[in-house]
Amino acid sequence: MSVFRVAIHIVPRRGILDPQGKAVADSLHSLGFSAVRDVHVGRHVVIELDASDRSGADAAARTMCERLLANPVTEDFEIATVSTL
Amino acid sequence: MRFGIVTFPGSNCDYDAYRAVVDGLDEDAVYLWHKDHDLQGSDVVILPGGFSYGDYLRPGAIGRFSPIMQEVIAHAGRGGPVMGICNGFQIACEAGLLPGALLRNASLMFVCEPTRLRVENNDSMFTSEFSRGEILTIPIAHGDGRYTADADTLDRLEGEGQVILRYAGGPADADEWWSPNGAQRAIAGIVNDGGNVLGMMPHPERAIDQLLGSADGLGIFRSVLAQVGA
Repeated sequence: MSVFRVAIHIVPRRGILDPQGKAVADSLHSLGFSAVRDVHVGRHVVIELDASDRSGADAAARTMCERLLANPVTEDFEIATVSTL
Repeated sequence: MRFGIVTFPGSNCDYDAYRAVVDGLDEDAVYLWHKDHDLQGSDVVILPGGFSYGDYLRPGAIGRFSPIMQEVIAHAGRGGPVMGICNGFQIACEAGLLPGALLRNASLMFVCEPTRLRVENNDSMFTSEFSRGEILTIPIAHGDGRYTADADTLDRLEGEGQVILRYAGGPADADEWWSPNGAQRAIAGIVNDGGNVLGMMPHPERAIDQLLGSADGLGIFRSVLAQVGA
């Protein structure tokens, strides 16, 4: 077993109104960042866990996302990085 | 008839629900601690409003794993009535007792005010004391009440009469789907396929006496009593 650090991105599903993202986009526009087309605000979760290998850590994190970390109705997730500690 | 009111860490409407049952209905109520595994003979379970687990992760996401939820889910599976109010609605959705999810209000603001609701279906365990189309005044108090589900789910809920309460009476220029939180199709309250699990964002337990501005919420509790206690 080794210790892995898994970084997970969870974002509102495309097509579902994201008022927080819209408010941030509006603020960026008012600061002059007129090139900004769209903003989505989500969560970044970092988990340290024991696993036999990298794919085991990845699979465990996916299961955690499906069961708790992401809402299957409204959110999408992606495993951003899996690194050894 | 006995109502069991679950107290999660962060619940803050459990006492209001207790008073609604004991003072408003003159029925028996018990508090159920979230770590217990015993519904203490409750005929009806209330998942009250509040901020269980500080709304960490998502409202209701942690509370739905509290030990007593296993018993609440089993109770619902047997056809037992469950009333999910505000945070209780969020917990019920997270637990899979009800479809959909409650997201951050479209305005990004916490809204605490009396709202007008239209009874869309009075042929339900929770609205039988009202007439169809009746307008109720019941307050809301939430930051995450924007009911959201995919289009198929919404169509099914509408088709089966499971949308029992809808926001009504917005500003003069409001469209038919106006809501104070951006809820899809202005949905304020739904029931599950079996009709025994209620989820509603407004707080009926805060509208049980004219002294509070409205006694319309009492009808929700009276309906359950009439349907279940009979």
